[in-house]
Amino acid sequence: MKFDWSYFLNLFPQLIPYIPLTILMAIAAMVLAVVLGAALTLVYLYALKPFQGLVKLYVSFFRGVPTLVLLFIIYYGLPEIFPVFKGVPATAAAIAGLGVKESAYLIEIFRAGITSVDQGQIEAGESLNFSYAKIFCNIVLPQAALNALPATGNTFVSLLKETSLAFTLGVTEIFADGKLLASASLRFFEVYVAVGLIYWFLIVLYSWAQRSVENILEAPYRRVENAIDKSEEPRSAVWKEEGLKQH
Amino acid sequence: MIKVKNLAVQFGKKKVLNNINLEIPEGSVTAIVGPSGSGKTTLLRTLNLLQLPSDGSIAIDDAQIDAQHIERAKIKQIRTKSTMVFQQFNLFKNLTALENVMSPLVYNKKTKLNEARKTALAVLKDFGLEKIAAQYPVTLSGGQQQRVSIARAIVAKPKVVLFDEPTSALDPELVAGVLNAIAKLAEQDITMVIVTHEIEFARQIADQAIFVEDGEIVDQGVAKELLSTQGNGRIANFVNSLVNQGQIEVAGN
Repeated sequence: MKFDWSYFLNLFPQLIPYIPLTILMAIAAMVLAVVLGAALTLVYLYALKPFQGLVKLYVSFFRGVPTLVLLFIIYYGLPEIFPVFKGVPATAAAIAGLGVKESAYLIEIFRAGITSVDQGQIEAGESLNFSYAKIFCNIVLPQAALNALPATGNTFVSLLKETSLAFTLGVTEIFADGKLLASASLRFFEVYVAVGLIYWFLIVLYSWAQRSVENILEAPYRRVENAIDKSEEPRSAVWKEEGLKQH
Repeated sequence: MIKVKNLAVQFGKKKVLNNINLEIPEGSVTAIVGPSGSGKTTLLRTLNLLQLPSDGSIAIDDAQIDAQHIERAKIKQIRTKSTMVFQQFNLFKNLTALENVMSPLVYNKKTKLNEARKTALAVLKDFGLEKIAAQYPVTLSGGQQQRVSIARAIVAKPKVVLFDEPTSALDPELVAGVLNAIAKLAEQDITMVIVTHEIEFARQIADQAIFVEDGEIVDQGVAKELLSTQGNGRIANFVNSLVNQGQIEVAGN
């Protein structure tokens, strides 16, 4: 059996319409992960010990359970115990499952980002009598966000790929559509290569966007030799030559 | 007026400062000198309550804090009167030089942005830094960073400025600019406490000198007399040892 180029190329117009759903799921799950992750990071860093313990348990559990198992627990398991979850759309269950799982990874990333901010920055804020909230929001957070951005971006990349697991809940996204097309044509190779290329393309596009954002945000921290203005610095002048006021 | 009574600081079981009693008159300049590890920086940090005392009390004018009753509100009261200039500058990396200087006005005094910008620019200009106002700290030389941090410390007009070895992290050729900036402040009505190894500078600029060793004040008096190779006290021995090691030159001896 030869690679059917014409069939392969014709797959793209059929797969592309499912890209928005994949992106929507990834973005929604990421927003959920960031909100949950940020809130729980604050609890982990600043709340009382018992609450910190609960966050550690949360991180341990959701990092330890396979994503597929987690999605099944949420979509098939939860409605059995809590009837209120009956009828929750599969897409929403997938978003919740992926969001909760990635939030566990983000807690570790955010925590590292915050604790890597130089203690001197915080002391300067305290010395100037800024409130804790002002120090955190205006000094720590912008610097921590930059520290955490690359790793957070990686989390989004894996999240985007893991949306393909939503097909197991019956969501027809790119991978599920590919599976349907492959079952109909029995041309598995062409279909899954096409599906793989679409994910790859999305991730290349996202990585480029992230790099651009990082470049912009990193500007204040980049040392540009030419920008250093040494004209005002006295070269070898000694302060006492400059006529200090004698006390 | 700063009044320190029976101040002690402990790191775990280790006493770093012990029985510190100190009076610093308003508008005066006090130099704290002493060997490395003697507790000079800890004393300064404790005056700003970045390090909390384990015993004793600190008062700046009507704001007072007692080691036995430390409350956030009292810490904030003391810090409205005083602020600190750090050895490592500690400029906010995510803000430009101008924004750094504006920050105490905007975050504490809720000054309108336009007004804060005007005031901050005027202070930067005083220090000859208006050209670098829009630059981020990482693009500035050490001397410029320290001068911006001095501008940031005084922009909200605190009564007391505490300098923690402000020139120790600088290349020798950049020290002069920072010392000039400090000397300029000494002419104003700001109470200054300076931990420094620049003995000659301290001798000229300071009214009072304090010699700290092993966490205690062992010598204290008029700077011009104490910070000289010809005195009798412990401090003169220290200055002499620095001169002999070729680390400093002291004029007027």
